[in-house]
Amino acid sequence: MDAFFSALFLQAGYNTALVSVGAAILGGSAGAIGTFVLLRKRSLVSDAISHATLPGLAAAFIIMAWLTGDGRWVAGLMIGAALSAGLGLFIVEWIVRRTRLAEDAAIGTVLSVFFGLGIVLLTVIQTLQTGRQAGISSYLVGSTAGMLRSEAETIAVAAFLTGLAIFLLRRPFMLVCFDQEYAAVRGINVRATDLAMMGLLLAVTVIGLKVAGLVLIVALTIIPPVAARFWTDRPEPMVVIAALIGAVAAYLGAVVSSIDRGLPTGALIVLVAFGLFLASLLFSPRRGLLAGGIERFLFQIQVHERQGLLALARGEPIYDPFTLKVLRRKGYVRADGVATLEGRGAAAEAVHDEARWALYRSLYPEEAAGTTHQGVTPIKTVLPPDLVTDLDHRLSLRKVPS
Amino acid sequence: MSHDFVQLSLMPLLIGTLASIACALLGNFLVLRRQSLIGDAVAHVALPGIVGAFLFTGTIAAGPMMAGAAIAAVVAVALIELIRKVGKVEPGAAMGVVFTTLFAAGVLLLEQTDTSKVHLDVEHALYGNLESLIWLAGRDWSSLLDPQALAQVPPQLPRLAIVLLVVAGFIAAFWKELVIGTFDPAFAESVGARPGIVGFALIVMVAVAAVAAFDAVGSIIVIAMFICPPAAARLMTDRMGPQIAWNVAFAILSAVLGYVLAGYGPLWLGGRDSVSAAGMIATVSGVILGIACLAGPKRHGVKVAARTRRNPALSEDTPSQPATPR
Repeated sequence: MDAFFSALFLQAGYNTALVSVGAAILGGSAGAIGTFVLLRKRSLVSDAISHATLPGLAAAFIIMAWLTGDGRWVAGLMIGAALSAGLGLFIVEWIVRRTRLAEDAAIGTVLSVFFGLGIVLLTVIQTLQTGRQAGISSYLVGSTAGMLRSEAETIAVAAFLTGLAIFLLRRPFMLVCFDQEYAAVRGINVRATDLAMMGLLLAVTVIGLKVAGLVLIVALTIIPPVAARFWTDRPEPMVVIAALIGAVAAYLGAVVSSIDRGLPTGALIVLVAFGLFLASLLFSPRRGLLAGGIERFLFQIQVHERQGLLALARGEPIYDPFTLKVLRRKGYVRADGVATLEGRGAAAEAVHDEARWALYRSLYPEEAAGTTHQGVTPIKTVLPPDLVTDLDHRLSLRKVPS
Repeated sequence: MSHDFVQLSLMPLLIGTLASIACALLGNFLVLRRQSLIGDAVAHVALPGIVGAFLFTGTIAAGPMMAGAAIAAVVAVALIELIRKVGKVEPGAAMGVVFTTLFAAGVLLLEQTDTSKVHLDVEHALYGNLESLIWLAGRDWSSLLDPQALAQVPPQLPRLAIVLLVVAGFIAAFWKELVIGTFDPAFAESVGARPGIVGFALIVMVAVAAVAAFDAVGSIIVIAMFICPPAAARLMTDRMGPQIAWNVAFAILSAVLGYVLAGYGPLWLGGRDSVSAAGMIATVSGVILGIACLAGPKRHGVKVAARTRRNPALSEDTPSQPATPR
């Protein structure tokens, strides 16, 4: 526990602190760009990008090992990864544009074929006589253990620059996500903006490879935006919330994984992010399961109350225990099920309200179809008072001849 | 040569081919239903299933492993549906959330448990060990007729053969329902073809095939075979029958050519060691798809044809139908 807290508050040595902060910056950038990609409905493109980095990584390693004898220079590996991921991205776009195949097939193709090619190159590396090849397999599932100071600094700076670029481009991104044609009218080059968006997604993916691993980095661009979606309906706050969730997940994941061996960074980051997602799914006041459940329960009570009152008005006996309970709580019936004075008043009111609704529906069928009555809403809360008065007037006229 | 081939290469070749055909047959429907990435998700979640089964039983026997992976796949599909419905999240993102989380859980479990005594690691899960499935008893071609030698074939071979038969039987039995449900779910519903249940059965079959193949060849071939041969076949024909035929042909070609290139290619280039067969099979299937993308007779389809009809300048070929004036 001590190790956890000292790492949490950046007291566990300069390297651990640097790695944790770098991971947090990376997580923030990934969450922010992921939001735009999610709004563009292209989340799984990042899956293709991340898998497509492998052949580039391996090829860069082979070339550098051949030239210098050591293939682990992190910037060189990143350049190789970015090049092959860029090629993969281009192929996805090309397949979607030039053939009949849909985007899912294009993504799946690039993902599996590039990854397969990467594995072929990895087996080539294993047969090389360079010895120093341990670094390369850590890119599969991510590892911050034993990360060099220069590597951590490169990651932190690159992630920060990417975040800055996302911040600067947020307006065109937003416009293109929501209304391409309007964006084009405003003079925004939609294709170039899309390209910039995918480019930044690629940058985040490549930077994050070493931290989260290429199978799991995609989670950092998908889970935070999906979780953020539960908390807001507006795009700007969504970007900020997603960035925060990403940063917290990446920071905590890096901190926990620094405690002991056998705690892979990428897996921990993803699991923390999923925990935040789960919390959003359950407890979000807007769209969460808990809020939805409470709302449904309140609605249920309303329905039972209304139906109970209507039954009282018709003098029918009530058998449903829940209805009886609701009516008793409100003081509309006594314990033996007989209506009280208030109960009879409320029942008459409910019958009158139903009559108003019925009349409204027959007079204005089209408007009535647009309202949310559902059999429980008092008409006064939906319609303007003059219209309600008019309905009452008509109802009273109707009653006279009968 | 023939001695070596039967002992070292015949079994991997057969196993790779069987796995490829089983996956490609099911992938055919996945690609047409735009659910290609379900195969990707299922292949990823097999890892936590297998690790979970190992933790539960303490052995790496095939039965519990396959059961664990199949359970994980069904759980994953259910979770994806749940998140999609409850959270009103788009299907791709829901899938991304679920499979990465389950895979991460699998990686963490694997690192936390002592699997040093058994052969179970992330790399193995990703790219399998096709090359190690050798047939020591197979001395030469005559061993194929020798019951004693045949009893010692790698257990993956009969297992995959059974899975292939089950997959083929499933497709043959539900052919009509699968095809209608793929192209017109609403119509399928109205004629009582139960597209929901058949769709779920398809996913379960995908999980079974993925898990069986996974053990032998690793998840990467599984994903490649679910997508590449069917996608390439899609660019060759507009009809379901030929589509299946192309599909199977491409799958066999990928498996055989990929294995041969991985095993012998480096020798031809002057190297000494072979490269990963699983990776090479996936690569070859991608090359086949690339050729189909460039030259397949039906590569444009309706989507591109509609655009080129409006603007003939975009088309490389002359459009088959003249533009209709408005």
